[in-house]
Amino acid sequence: MRENTPVKTFIPLAIVLVSATGYGLWYQRTRGEFRKKKTVNGPKLTAAIVGTELGARATMVQFSSAFCTPCRATKVLLEDMVKTLSDVRYAHIDAESHLELVRKLDIRSTPTTLFLNHAGVEVGRAMGTPKRAQVHAALAAIH
Amino acid sequence: MSVSIDARGPRWSALITTFVLAIALITSSVWLIAFQSVIFAIGALRGPQFTPYALIFKKLIVPRLKSPATLEDVRPPQFSQGVGLAFTLVAIIGSATGATGVFTVAVGFALAAAFLNAAFNFCLGCQMYLLILRASK
Repeated sequence: MRENTPVKTFIPLAIVLVSATGYGLWYQRTRGEFRKKKTVNGPKLTAAIVGTELGARATMVQFSSAFCTPCRATKVLLEDMVKTLSDVRYAHIDAESHLELVRKLDIRSTPTTLFLNHAGVEVGRAMGTPKRAQVHAALAAIH
Repeated sequence: MSVSIDARGPRWSALITTFVLAIALITSSVWLIAFQSVIFAIGALRGPQFTPYALIFKKLIVPRLKSPATLEDVRPPQFSQGVGLAFTLVAIIGSATGATGVFTVAVGFALAAAFLNAAFNFCLGCQMYLLILRASK
């Protein structure tokens, strides 16, 4: 008999729900998490590239795009945090209009925030909106 | 400046979409996918706040909610509706040409995205848009 009538099967649904749940849990856990850069000889960013003066100790460079809901919340948080930190600066870059830089730094999703040391070298990055405490901890580790 | 909408709306719509796509996947119903693709088309072209799901949310759910509305940019959910439309169109083409495997995989991906949005507040535009740009320009 040929299969002309649709066959009811729960197998594809089960596969999708199980793998999406696995991914979703990983996604939720890793958003905003500071990841230390493994190699220290990354490209050096300058004030001309990021569009703002670099901080005396550290600089946070956020990449955003139009189709990104958490980008705005991230911007509000980081802008607020640097207000009380005299040696840390914040820079905001529209990823879409800086694709060359995005490729060079291998930015894959938005928002991505790079943490630069005083010399403008990336020491780590966070994808998604970090929590205030996560940003504090990341900045405290930069001397 | 782009339009702002109630942030809870897209997540509600994603919940309904998850159920519709799940039933379509179980029953292999191309008609249900055609229906969902019309919803996605309205969401992608006119805006996610104009779909029937969003209207249900506005008329029936919002009056019963106690928490105040937080506003968000309409563009990220609109982008997601466009991605959903692309997946359902691929599924319809797959079904029409007899490629049932293509149908199942395309519906599976659309379902995964809708489910992730509903359950984990997943931002599809955040994860996909830059990769598409990097690949195409």
